[in-house]
Amino acid sequence: MIEISHVNKWYSPTFQVLTDCTTSVTKGEVVVVCGPSGSGKSTLIKCVNALEPFQSGDISVDGTKVNDPKTNLPKLRSRVGMVFQHFELFPHLKIIDNLCLAQEKVLGRAHDNSVTKGMQLLERVGLKEQAQKFPAQLSGGQQQRVAIARALAMDPIVMLFDEPTSALDPEMVSEVLDVMVDLAREGMTMMVVTHEMGFARKVANRVIFMDRGEIVEDAPKDDFFGKPRSDRAQKFLSKILSH
Amino acid sequence: MFSNFDFGVIIRALPYLFYEGMTFTLMLTGLAAFGGLVFGTAIALMRLSGYKVLGRIAGVYVDFMRSLPLVLVIFWFYFLVPYIGQWLTGASRPISVGAFASSLITFIMFEAAYFSEIMRAGIQSISRGQPAAASALGLTYAQTMRYVVLPQAFRNMLPVLITQTIVLFQDTSLVYVLSITDFLGAASKVAQRDGRLVEMYLFAAIVYFTISCIASFGVRRLQARIAIIR
Ligand SMILES: Nc1ncnc2c1ncn2[C@@H]1O[C@H](COP(=O)(O)OP(=O)(O)O)[C@@H](O)[C@H]1O
Ligand SMILES: [Mg+2]
Repeated sequence: MIEISHVNKWYSPTFQVLTDCTTSVTKGEVVVVCGPSGSGKSTLIKCVNALEPFQSGDISVDGTKVNDPKTNLPKLRSRVGMVFQHFELFPHLKIIDNLCLAQEKVLGRAHDNSVTKGMQLLERVGLKEQAQKFPAQLSGGQQQRVAIARALAMDPIVMLFDEPTSALDPEMVSEVLDVMVDLAREGMTMMVVTHEMGFARKVANRVIFMDRGEIVEDAPKDDFFGKPRSDRAQKFLSKILSH
Repeated sequence: MFSNFDFGVIIRALPYLFYEGMTFTLMLTGLAAFGGLVFGTAIALMRLSGYKVLGRIAGVYVDFMRSLPLVLVIFWFYFLVPYIGQWLTGASRPISVGAFASSLITFIMFEAAYFSEIMRAGIQSISRGQPAAASALGLTYAQTMRYVVLPQAFRNMLPVLITQTIVLFQDTSLVYVLSITDFLGAASKVAQRDGRLVEMYLFAAIVYFTISCIASFGVRRLQARIAIIR
């Protein structure tokens, strides 16, 4: 579903942020990406839907090459859902309109249909009653669940998450993770940047560990938690699991 | 000076002052603000587009307009536009443009320079995550601007935009150089005709002051409301 091969990216001639990154996510697979802050996780995941350009290597999503100038990027992105650390709901639009905007403007759905779809998804994330409110009137956890619903409204073939719970108060983390666990169990293909190792244990098929722009470890979940091969991954794990 | 102050002059002139003069002033203010906002937003988008040439052109335009006294622009534009029109269309004689059309175009072009700076600040105040989220949903650049960035920039900048429009409302009185009957022009005509300069100019000052004050008060209340929403 996602093929990443030998991707290199520089933010400036002297600063290489990604070094020879190669991995893949197959259909229905849940891959968790972890690693220290600044290791390039966000950058890598943003390369997948071309929010960030890269200088060499290839990425393809469902057979479409992301870095091909001929690719219709808006069309490709409409099939790749993305959830951001800071939610990024549109503050000037009501919750339901947040869910309808792209359905109507990008997919050309009729307003009635997009509202119906939007309400179904709000119900699914437990926020049907909030449809007429504005984002600022919701808690962080509620906003992030709306953001997930907004991405799902586009019927994506794969979902990308960039630290979806790290901007949340601790008591709101689980309501968001629950939605993601359900999604994973329904067979959604997911690439998730997160430090929530509980989530990884529960639903991940593979875990990728990144450090200084490199993919240091890429292993099935049980292998990764059982016996990480690299020192750096072991140190990182002991740090985040100790508390 | 006030011993022979004649209120009757003012009252008799009211229909003329408001139906002719104020209607013109408000129409010019409204249309120039709207046109200036649309054109100014286009200039702001050019400056932020990332295309160096476009940005440079827009920047030079803004600096140029801001370094000229408005009254000169109004004056020159009125006398030059017929010849520019002739040159553009290849006509044999200068194209006559009414004083209203001429002053409206001038104000739109002039105000666009100021509105563009306001809208540019408004666009830059939106966090980069917003356009990223819009793109991630599949919206094109134009759609992202139209549905996500510009509505927020406009809403955030509304108090400043209205304040600038109040300045514009006062500046429209400069069309007197073209002998146009705007509110001040109408007052001035009555003043000359009846030899009542004190009454008419005092009354004109009070009217401009009152309208601007009420609008400024409205802006302050609006600012308070926007602060709560955000
Ligand atoms: N737009 C940018 N320009 C320059 N450097 C950047 C930019 N975005 C991120 N970086 C740098 O790239 C590195 C990786 O960032 P990021 O991918 O956000 O890491 P992570 O998500 O793993 O914390 C960091 O050192 C960060 O400072
Ligand atoms: Mg990050």
